[in-house]
Amino acid sequence: MGAACDHHLGRLASHPGLMLNATTVLREDDVRRIQTSVDTLVRNANAKVVFLVDKAGQLIASSGELDQLDTTSLASLTAGNIAATGGIAKLLRENEFATQFHEGKNAHIHLQVIYNRVILVVIFDAKSSLGLVRLRVRKTTEELSQVFEQLSQRPLSTRDGSPFAEITDEDIDNLFND
Amino acid sequence: MPFINLMTREISCKLVYYGPGLGGKTTNIEQISERSKPEARGKLVKLATEAERTLFFDFLPLELGEIRGFKTRFHLYTTPGQVYYHASRKLILKGVDGCVFVADSQPARVDANEQSLEEMREDLSEYGLDLDAMPFVVQYNKRDLPGVLSVEELRATLNPRGVPDFEAVANLGVGVFETLKTLARLVFVELKKQQNRLPSNEPDGGFGR
Repeated sequence: MGAACDHHLGRLASHPGLMLNATTVLREDDVRRIQTSVDTLVRNANAKVVFLVDKAGQLIASSGELDQLDTTSLASLTAGNIAATGGIAKLLRENEFATQFHEGKNAHIHLQVIYNRVILVVIFDAKSSLGLVRLRVRKTTEELSQVFEQLSQRPLSTRDGSPFAEITDEDIDNLFND
Repeated sequence: MPFINLMTREISCKLVYYGPGLGGKTTNIEQISERSKPEARGKLVKLATEAERTLFFDFLPLELGEIRGFKTRFHLYTTPGQVYYHASRKLILKGVDGCVFVADSQPARVDANEQSLEEMREDLSEYGLDLDAMPFVVQYNKRDLPGVLSVEELRATLNPRGVPDFEAVANLGVGVFETLKTLARLVFVELKKQQNRLPSNEPDGGFGR
């Protein structure tokens, strides 16, 4: 299933399998809106780091003290974590554990599933609190839900600027030349 | 599902190595990690038991270069092979763009191979994916061991559709990159097909028909 099917996603939102198979194309305006929300959340929640990951483990946006942080691994492990607890939820006949909190000695992690599609991750320490993080995450969840709802209902076409309809065998071969 | 970011000009794809326990899935991505340029690969993450058996998944991010000005990122995952980790194994297939089936060429593993392949097909179908219609390659591993089945015998049961298949000795790196590159190629070919099924650039598009 390709991007062409994205405009059906609103109707298919109750079928996570179909949704997962759709190609996601983020345009510049999507990326800017998402980044603004994530930047605002870092500040308002006094968080160390905020990042947004899709359920397949792809990092979408990040903000905060990112130095020396392996965000790619974090994104993959976060998605694995959500997938595992989602599996537990199914066994318990729950839909999903949409919110999770992991408490460490110094660092804590708050995870929020948004629009059944992406995961908002907030890493914070003693400068913040779980209550504040929860409060701010609620607002960001509303903002990002709107973004992903619009994205899923948007009719897509090749005019979005993706070059992948025109790639040639030569383009693909060049990828492997070194 | 490939993930395309038009602003940062990046495309990310998820590839999964599936197959029976102790077949060499982890070894494949360890070799890719060891033999790739340091600037092209990220950190190899392994969620394994104390006995080095994969518990949940192994993960390796890899950059293959640019295509039409877009950076291509591949996220390589392995599944836990042991039969009783089925629930975890299925989760890894969420959002997959292409699969490698790593078969064990030893006669004693015939049943394990076939069961694992059948399970993979069923797991994919639960996510709305058809193994016969998606990027898929087969790797016959452990070709250096004595008494292994012939490729023809393995092919008859594991690859009747005739997808690209490769002989491998994963612990020596033999066949490992050929397998990966072919799968990556198939993912791009599939992506091109998907994009060409999109509405054209006509002014009012014809969306939703």
